[in-house]
Amino acid sequence: MVGHVVHKKLYFLVFAGLIGLTALTTGVAFIDLGKWNTLAALAIAVCKASLVVLFFMHLRWSSGLMRMVLLAAFVWFAILVALTLSDEFTRQWTPVPSSWEAQIHQTIR
Amino acid sequence: MWVFLATEVMFFGGLFTAYIIYRNFYLSAFEAGSRLLNVKIGAANTAVLLCSSLTMALGVRAAQLGKKKLLVTFLVLTLLLGLAFIGIKLGLEWRHDYLEGFAPGVNWTFHGPDWRHLELFFCFYFFLTGIHALHMLIGVGILTTLIIMAGRGRFSPQRYNPVEVSGLYWHFVDIVWIFLYPLLYLIGGRY
Repeated sequence: MVGHVVHKKLYFLVFAGLIGLTALTTGVAFIDLGKWNTLAALAIAVCKASLVVLFFMHLRWSSGLMRMVLLAAFVWFAILVALTLSDEFTRQWTPVPSSWEAQIHQTIR
Repeated sequence: MWVFLATEVMFFGGLFTAYIIYRNFYLSAFEAGSRLLNVKIGAANTAVLLCSSLTMALGVRAAQLGKKKLLVTFLVLTLLLGLAFIGIKLGLEWRHDYLEGFAPGVNWTFHGPDWRHLELFFCFYFFLTGIHALHMLIGVGILTTLIIMAGRGRFSPQRYNPVEVSGLYWHFVDIVWIFLYPLLYLIGGRY
């Protein structure tokens, strides 16, 4: 069961890309871009991870099932982050109703 | 293996989410903590790990082509690079952080403003990099086994699945670091 044999050159090319992106992300961290710094760092990290997954891990030549498994993993991770953050960021949006606060005070007393 | 890696995504995903939340709570302390890490060592270690991924990929290729000597060479190279990464992490970085008094619970000497929150950042730092280093150690064990098996001629172009699957694991650990490096070292702002 010989899978797809990738040309050596491609591996070196991908490796060069990875090193280049590492240099880029390190360089960008030294420039003040405000909130774009975080976004740039994460975007570059996603690019690097994609390169590794597609070429080093052969996902480019793998079956749909493998892609599905990986996609599922990241979709679940996205759900985890999205729901946790949406809870965290919206907690302060609505004040505690005054009638509730009265009840709390009564219980304490 | 892909399914196992999906569970690993969940595992690290939970930790990353916790890190994101606390970073939002105590942004200034986390940024200060990030600036205390040595970005040069972090970048160098990233390069070391990327090199090891390249040698691992080339090793899998050698196995596919049935080149036994080449396979052993690349596996040994990957092992050495992995050990170099762990060595730099433990011997240089952690040792330095410990001596500087930034090791929560063991040696903590910093008591400036917000020191509690800074301590939390270093808790995350040690736990995330520690779990990652543990994965590297497991990878080193797997590679050692592979080298012995390859030396005994257990792999052929028809039967090289263990090499391929171990490669997937190794690359995954590399990917975790690809995200850890910017999250811990870079996004605090270095300017």
